[in-house]
Amino acid sequence: MALLEVNNLGISFGGLRAVNEFHLKIEKGCLYGLIGPNGAGKTTVFNLLTGVYKPDEGVILLDGEKMIGKKTIEINKAGIARTFQNIRLFNDLSVKDNVKVGLHNHFKYSALEGIFRLPKYFKMEKAMDERAMELLSVFDLDKEADTLASNLPYGKQRKLEITRALATEPKLLLLDEPAAGMNPNETQELMETIRLIRDKFDMTILLIEHDMKLVSGICEELTVLNFGEVLAEGKASDVLNNPEVIKAYIGE
Amino acid sequence: MKNMKKMNKMTRDNLITYLMVFVLFLVMQILVSSGNVSSLLQGLLVPLCAYIILAVSLNLTVGILGELSLGHAGFMCVGAFTSAFFSKCMVNTIPIAGVRYFLALLIGAAAAGICGILVGIPVLRLKGDYLAIVTLAFGEIIKNIMNILFIGRDSAGFHFSTTDARALGLLEDGEIIINGPQGITGTPKDSTFAVGVILIFVTLFIVLNLIHSRSGRAIMSIRDNRIAAESVGINITKYKLMAFSVSAALAGVAGVIYAHNLANLMAQPKNFGYNMSIMILVFVVLGGIGNIRGSVIAAIILTLLPELLRGLNDYRMLIYAVVFIAMMLFNWSPKAIAWREKYAAKLKRGKKKEV
Repeated sequence: MALLEVNNLGISFGGLRAVNEFHLKIEKGCLYGLIGPNGAGKTTVFNLLTGVYKPDEGVILLDGEKMIGKKTIEINKAGIARTFQNIRLFNDLSVKDNVKVGLHNHFKYSALEGIFRLPKYFKMEKAMDERAMELLSVFDLDKEADTLASNLPYGKQRKLEITRALATEPKLLLLDEPAAGMNPNETQELMETIRLIRDKFDMTILLIEHDMKLVSGICEELTVLNFGEVLAEGKASDVLNNPEVIKAYIGE
Repeated sequence: MKNMKKMNKMTRDNLITYLMVFVLFLVMQILVSSGNVSSLLQGLLVPLCAYIILAVSLNLTVGILGELSLGHAGFMCVGAFTSAFFSKCMVNTIPIAGVRYFLALLIGAAAAGICGILVGIPVLRLKGDYLAIVTLAFGEIIKNIMNILFIGRDSAGFHFSTTDARALGLLEDGEIIINGPQGITGTPKDSTFAVGVILIFVTLFIVLNLIHSRSGRAIMSIRDNRIAAESVGINITKYKLMAFSVSAALAGVAGVIYAHNLANLMAQPKNFGYNMSIMILVFVVLGGIGNIRGSVIAAIILTLLPELLRGLNDYRMLIYAVVFIAMMLFNWSPKAIAWREKYAAKLKRGKKKEV
């Protein structure tokens, strides 16, 4: 069974059909790319998958579990975590605290235990600190653990956002244009980071990207979206050579 | 000193705040007992404790949760009246002042906290500045309700009215407890400066420990980025409500202190109205939004300053305004912040050289 299975997904905003009869099948451990021209509906698909928008129709199954009708936080608990096109960090919190917010649902103690500093508080905070530092060191962010998130350079902010998403221990990681605004060197580093995540965390990753070098470099399978509909899908090399796809991107 | 260094920054910051309050308390106590403080200023000490608690608790809503509340005096009013009502009813039943005061505190805090939850449940689900509008209305409504509420007690039980004292129809042995615009008279004066300072410590303990815990991080993550917080599985409504109701309950505690310092508790615009709410907000903004220690300092300075400047007569409010602006600049202007950071860095280097 595929990890993520989406069928016949559709949503309209007023008269605009943003996504229509969208389908997607991602096997566990796959690095999957979702590409398409601007305004094709890629981010809308992400928002549908994470429960930000409620679809008009369709089925989303994660590991066979229905995701439609669940709230964003329930979907996150079920195992889908995401990053955002325009980075959304907790700017006034430290790098470590950003990750610790991600760990929120895995290391629990009540507010009263926190206020009165009961033993569980110390035990859990210690475990959280260790886990957060472990995650940060994977991404070479451990030296900046006490820096404010807003003071990180752009590339590291991207990494931190991914770290925070991974802290929620998802089954599926959604990356929305992770290479946006990066120079070629940073993009190269990011490609390595994404591969590392897949191998180290045994993660399934779905990413939206415009950077064709990154897409052809790391994605194993692709779905091309155009005007809210699936234009092509399959193995990355096949899809990128598909004349229809080239037409949609470059024109005739 | 070695131990100080081992501690992380957060614990040290908190300790400095506690220590500061303690030192100020000692200084004030010494000044009072040596007779160097005017009676007017002495009379201000207990309200000052209430204002500090109000400022700290409002900072939890404004600085940590990132929502604007313009009705904090309303929650204080709820705490003040419920606890004064309780104390007046129980003054003969529970003769031990300490026990009665403790119960009054719990009741005042609970009543204000429940009001916070009732206001918060519908409003905190919304995005935007609705909380400011609703709390503004809440403060005014509470104040006005207290002005038309009459409650009396006699051998037959409690009587309520919203018209006047005669409508209560009390028996001969009855007494009026809440007398509409005249409020509650004869609340036992249980609040002292020492009790007030202890409650400041309790407030600081609750607020600082809450901030530096799992729940506090969740609250601050909502402030920083609601959408991202939701995406990592933070229950937005729960944590917003938690922060707001704790903040309201602590405002209730401030109300209890305030009420038990007055012979005659009345809901006037000056103590529970819009102006008071704005005053508390001014403490928070001048002290630095999100900066708990700053709130304490700002509340102290701005409460005591008008009294200390009394000698200047006509120029009093002028100086007061200048201090206002100076504090604002010192806290918020980029140049002042840069200067402060430079100075702090210098101080640190100096200390290291000494070692």
